[in-house]
Order: sequence, then C-alpha cells, then structure tokens
Amino acid sequence: MAEVLTADAPAAAGHDDHGGHDPHHTNTGISNEKLAMWLFLGSECLLFGGLISTYLLYRYKLRSFPGFENVQINRLGAHIYDIPFTSVSSFVLLMSSLTMVLAHSALTRNDHQRTRIWLMTTALLGATFISGQVYEFTAFYREGLGYTTNIFSSAFFTLTGFHGVHVTVGIIMLLSMFVQSARGRLAAENAERLEIVGLYWHFVDVVWVVIFAVVYLIP
Amino acid sequence: MALVEREPLALPSGRDGVAVEPLGVLARPKTKAGWRSWVTTVDHKKIGIMYGVAAFVFFLIGGIEALIIRLQLASPNGKVVSAALYNQLFTTHAVTMVFLVIMPMAAAFANYLLPLQIGARDVAFPRLNALSLWVWLFGGLFITSSFFLGGAPDGGWFAYAPNTGVAFSPSHGMDFYALGIIITGIGSLVSSINLIVTVLNLRAPGMTLFRMPVFTWMALVTQFLLLFALPVITVAVFLLTFDRLFGANFFNVAQGADPLLWQHLFWIFGHPEVYILILPSFGIVSEVIPVFSRKPIYGYPFMVFSGIAIGFMGWGVWAHHMFASGIGPISVAAFSLSTMFIAVPTGVKILNWMATMWGGKLRFTTAMLFAMGLVAMFTIGGLSGVSHSVSPADTQQTDTYYIVAHFHYVLFGGALLGLYSGMYFWFPKAFGFMLNERLGKWHFWITLIGFNLTFGPMHILGLNGMSRRIVTYQPSDGFTFWNRVASIGAATIAIGTLIFMYNILHSYRSWKAANRPNVGADPWDGRSLEWMIPSPAPEHNFDQIPTVHAQDDFWHRKYGEDEKGRAVRIKATEDVTQKGDAKGVHLPSPSYFPLVIAVGLPIIAYGLIFNRFICIPGALVVLWGVYGWVFEPPDDPDVAHDHHAEEPHDQHGGDGGLVPAVPEEAPVG
Repeated sequence: MAEVLTADAPAAAGHDDHGGHDPHHTNTGISNEKLAMWLFLGSECLLFGGLISTYLLYRYKLRSFPGFENVQINRLGAHIYDIPFTSVSSFVLLMSSLTMVLAHSALTRNDHQRTRIWLMTTALLGATFISGQVYEFTAFYREGLGYTTNIFSSAFFTLTGFHGVHVTVGIIMLLSMFVQSARGRLAAENAERLEIVGLYWHFVDVVWVVIFAVVYLIP
Repeated sequence: MALVEREPLALPSGRDGVAVEPLGVLARPKTKAGWRSWVTTVDHKKIGIMYGVAAFVFFLIGGIEALIIRLQLASPNGKVVSAALYNQLFTTHAVTMVFLVIMPMAAAFANYLLPLQIGARDVAFPRLNALSLWVWLFGGLFITSSFFLGGAPDGGWFAYAPNTGVAFSPSHGMDFYALGIIITGIGSLVSSINLIVTVLNLRAPGMTLFRMPVFTWMALVTQFLLLFALPVITVAVFLLTFDRLFGANFFNVAQGADPLLWQHLFWIFGHPEVYILILPSFGIVSEVIPVFSRKPIYGYPFMVFSGIAIGFMGWGVWAHHMFASGIGPISVAAFSLSTMFIAVPTGVKILNWMATMWGGKLRFTTAMLFAMGLVAMFTIGGLSGVSHSVSPADTQQTDTYYIVAHFHYVLFGGALLGLYSGMYFWFPKAFGFMLNERLGKWHFWITLIGFNLTFGPMHILGLNGMSRRIVTYQPSDGFTFWNRVASIGAATIAIGTLIFMYNILHSYRSWKAANRPNVGADPWDGRSLEWMIPSPAPEHNFDQIPTVHAQDDFWHRKYGEDEKGRAVRIKATEDVTQKGDAKGVHLPSPSYFPLVIAVGLPIIAYGLIFNRFICIPGALVVLWGVYGWVFEPPDDPDVAHDHHAEEPHDQHGGDGGLVPAVPEEAPVG
C-alpha cells in the first residue's frame, strides 16, 4: 500500500489533480497524500499492536523448547539475545531518521546534491539494519531456534520479521526517491513527497523503538 | 466558469504528449463506452455501481447457501447435505454475507454518494478507488472458488483457532478463508483511507463537518472503524496462515499456545465489524426518513454524536462474544456493563428516527417502508442483544439459535433492509429510472413477512436448546415445527428477492418502452446535494461546485419558511438543479493497472496453497501492475487540462451572474 501511495505522487509531478481539487486548497489544509499516509500509519499502529500483544502473551508461556533444556524457561530471550549487537543496529536505524530529516531539509533548500547524499545514506543505514537482522536470524537458527521451534520463536520471528519487511519497503521507497532526484524529477516544490516517505520511515523507526524495548530490553 | 486552456501537461521527464505504454502493452484506455470503460474506470459512480452489482451477485450465492441450510434443517434427520458440506455451507454463507455482501454493498453507497453529498468531483484517489474494488472482487471470487478446489472454509466465519488448524480442518478451506480475508482486507483498507481523505479534504465550500448529511457522517465513522479494525484481523489471519502453511506455533496448544489469542484478536476486529455493517444502513435511513417525512432529521447533532459514540464504544465490548470462554468474572462484568451502555447511543438513534417521523407528512414509498422496517426490526434485534449482555443469561444463550435469531435481526432486519431502502431511494439517481413502487411494496412486505417467519422462530428454538451449527436434529427434540416454519420463511425471502430482481427488469423495460422519460434531478423532493444534479449523475458530477450555506442545503434552495414556520416553496426545482451539460471538465483518466494488480494477488494466494511456484507469475503480475501504475501519470497528458484553482462557485440558489461552463472541447486522441 505504502508504495502504491507514493507511486501515485511522482507521476503527478507539478500538476496534482485528484478529483479536480488542488491539494493546497483542501479543507484541512493537509494535502490528500499526506493525510492518507497519516491514516495508513494509524492503521499500522494496530497491526504492530496486534503482533506485539501476541509476542507479549507468548514470551512467558513456553512449556518446553527442545534444544534449550538447560535454560530457565522464562529466561530464553535473555539467554539468546545479543543485546549489544542489537543496540548498535537499533542505533543505526535511529540515525537513519536523522539523515532522512537532513535529506528533506536539503531538498527544501534546493540542494539536490545533498538530498541525494542523505537519501542514499538513509537507505544504506536501513540496509545495514536489515543486514543485522538477517545475521541475527541466522544466528538464532544456528543455535536451534527456528521459526517453527516453539511459540516463542514463532512470535519473535513474526514480529521482527514484519518490521523488517516494513523497513525493506521503506528502503525501496527511498531508492525510488533517489532515482527520481537523480533524473531531475524531484524538485523543491515536491518536497512534500519526500516528507511523506519520511513520515513512513520515521514511523518504522518509532515502531522499532517500541519493539526493541519490549522484546530485547524488558527482562 | 472561466476555463483556462493550458498547455498540455508536460511529463516530468520533459517528454510531452507521448502516450505511455509500459512494457509496450496496455496503453491508456480511451474508450468511453463498452466493457472496457467499466474495467478501466476510475469514476467513483461506476465503481459504486460495480460494487453494488457484484455484491448483489454474492448475495444470491450466499442466499442459495442459506436456502440449502434451511432445506437441510426443514425436517429432522435431514439428508440434503453431508455434515462436512453443511459446515462449509454455514461458514461460507456467513463469510459471503459479511465480507462480500453487506460490506461492499455499503461501500457501493459510500463510493457513489460521498463525493456527491459533499459536493466533490470524485474521491481523493480515483485510481486507488478502482484498486479497492478490483482487489475486493478478486478476493471474493478467490474465497468462492474454494468450493471447486477441494472444499470451502468449514470452521465458521469466526474461524476459532486451534479448531481451524490443520489438525481439525485438513482441507484447504481455511487457507482460502485466511488468504481471502487478507486480500479483501487490502481492498477495504485502501478504500477506507481514500474515503476518509475524501470526506475530510474535498468538501465543497461551506460544507462544514456539521452540515454533512448523516449518511456521510455514518460512512465516515464506518471508514474509521475499518481503518483500525482491519489490521487486527489481518494479524489474526496472518498468524493462522503461518500456522497452517509454514508450521508456526501460534495456535499449537501442545506447545503451550493460548486458544484465547485468536478469540481476542478476532473479536477486537469482529465487534467493530458489527458496526461497520450496520452504521451505513443507519446513515441510509437517516437520509430516507427525513425526505419522506418532509422534516429535517430530528436532533442532527445527537444523530452524529451517537454514531461517533458507537464508533468509539464499539471497541470496548468485544469480549461479550467470549462470556462462555472462561475469561474471568471481572472481565465478564466489565464487558457486560460496556455492552449495556452501547445500547444507549443506538437507542438515541431509534428515538430520533421516530421523532423525525412524528408529525411529519409521511409518504409511504418503498424506500420509506424499508427504512421503517429497519427501525422496527433492528429494535427487536437490539433488545435481544441487550439480553445477551446479561452474562448469566448469555451463558444459556451462547451457541444456540437464539444468537442466530439475534444477529439476523440486526444484520438482515437492520443492515439489509436499510440497504434495500437505499437501493429504492437512490436507484433513479444512479440509473435514471425509478423502480416500480407496486412491485417494490410487494418486495417489502414479502421480505418482511418471510424474514420474521424465518428468524422469529429461532428465538424459540434457541431458548428450547437447539444448538447453532448442528447439521440435523431428532424428531424427539421437538424442534421440527419451528424449523419447518423457518424454512418456509426462507423460501418466502427468496420469493421476495426474485420480485426485486423482476422489478429491476420490469422497471427498465417499461422505462425503455416509454422512450426513456427523464426522471428529473430530484424525483423524491430530496434534501442533500446529490439531488441537485441530473439523473443519472453526469460523469463530472457538478457543473459548478455548489456553495453550501446550511445543513440540508438543497432543501433550503427550494423551500423557505412562512411566518408560522411552515415550509413554503420559494423556487421551482428546475431552477435550482444543474443541467449536467458542462463540457471540458477535467477528470482523472482511466487505467488498467488497478485491475492488473488485483488479478495478481489471488494468483499469489493460490500459489501459497497449492504450489509455491505459482506465486512467481502472480508476483510478476503484481509488479507489472505497480510498475505500470507508477509510470502512468494519473492524468492523461493527451487530454487538455482545465484549471480548477480559480473555479468559481455558484451563489446560493444558483441564480444570475453566472456564466455557464464554456465548452472547451478536450481533444481526445
């Protein structure tokens, strides 16, 4: 959905005419695209809410977990998580929100060179985070905690996996913004388009803050 | 309207006027007629009509399933269907009626009417609107196709896991259910975002939120409920899908999984869903009753705020579906109370409809009869609903036919009668001819009698202890008589539905035989803006976007008040309606790509069920659709553009000083 929403915007370049209304003259003063993104993010809150609730329900509900016989049952997470590693990758993801803001600010100042630099940095930081997640998943799998191992692992991989997919979609959005900018299609007047991608990106970051706290930090 | 001929829109790349043909196929559709104009349309009115037609076809499918169920239960030891098929029938009957009939039928009205009622040219995102329709439709066909592909869903529409896990439901039916809900959910989510943005952003000048018609309000609340309820069911069916297809353990009780997880997730969605189903119908009758009572809606702010209150409180009552599941006395008490409270705003609505009719100059048209049918029948269903909120009573009623009676009184007697009312009411606006009133009244009375014959006895059956979802019963159970009555009632409803279908055919033929007389912009002496434009509504909706000065603005353009406060006509209807002859109004261009994306999604779903390799072509089709969508400008550069920023708005009454739209023929081709 998200990619569809933004997909609408580039093609509209310069002349945005949805249903015969000028986006700058909407009743709310918020453009249609931005309002749509806010609503979509509102909906996403409940998607992640459901997944986080599922994880919280299941993290202490293990009865047995083959391969981890020696670990105290409710300490499985603490046993398996590599907190310093995940802290670093969380920091990387949070920094990408900063570079996202810098990209948008550069675009409003008509500084296309810097827009592209910051866009690419944001995408790379996101990709670093995803690589960290892939590494983490692989490590868990090697230790014997696969997707189907127990209710804890199913809940953990589903929650963090859904978030990973969201970050990946965000990276695709950032890269298409980069390509548009490189091809001269991202003018300063269209800064709002980048702002909408930014909304999505910041949302994905904020969700990670919650997930990191709930999944990794709370013992 | 001073239209400024602008340069054709330059493509951002600098190329201009070049027809865009992504991958060399599916060029921008140009046809204005024929099937191609329908499958590529982004016009909210055509999309609304297609929603309605498709939902009606699903209604017939769901109805046939219901008739087979009633045939099976007509006598003890019924042998019409096997127990396994019976499970599939009651499951698909419910899934079809909820997700493929009432929701899309309400979406049909919302799509058709919201832009007209708020004075807009279209919805905020016309292509996304087409995407919603096609994704929903193909999702619906996907679910229905399960009957021919190894068995339909058989675990109930509530799909309680772990009962719907592979162990207890080994056919692919529940996979079809889960993936189908995801697909149709995507359609509904996109549609809800689109319609909320439309209502919040595209209102005509002067159309403040508290001048909006009640239907617009109720549809808006419904879209918010969809927006927040759909992700929850999406999570639930994702977990179920992962369990069934990838061996996850969310509902694996042997591993310590909690069977209440599904129930909570489902009903957090499921109870708002109940209001998603009923609020649009509440909105419809709130439009119909004032028109046929010649009175404004009684207590407009109360109507609006009670709708909003239902929207909020609908989130706090879900566990009353789970009183018998052992959630503990505190939860039960809390949800008992909240359930009793939610009856209050609903009661406010019932009283306001009656107060609107009170002292009004009633016209008993078919639309009005159906609306009054809703008020009466929904009240019965609401009262039995309050009896469920008393948890000790509910533990006796749970899983009996008493529950079946209750929710059919609110969903058939409430939602469906309201939708029928809307169909009779807005039919001339959508199609340009009226439905026959005499046949309509036959339709109403036969449906009403059949409905009460079918579902009234179920109260008795339920209190006598007949369980829901049982495939048959014994003569010694004493259920035979009332079951037979219910089956006769179901056949009566079927006759009523046939009369409705005949009515459409008959009305169309006699309209055609009479050389298609113009039904006029305002056949019912209406109150809201959609009656200001010709019937059927022209593609561009309004020649000039009206400026709104009051609630029921169109009524006030026609009627003033005398010194005693009685309505007196101040202008003839012809003087205040628009002609629909504006030319050169720029409209969003049609597109193939919403359809392409929608075709791809079920292919992926089939692949997940049968063979993962089938997912690849499905994903490619979706990618192709997305790619084409991105590189196809929403506005065809070949079509001249009019500038709307300076578009003038008419004065109240649409009188004098206005230059009609200058025909600025758009060169097509």
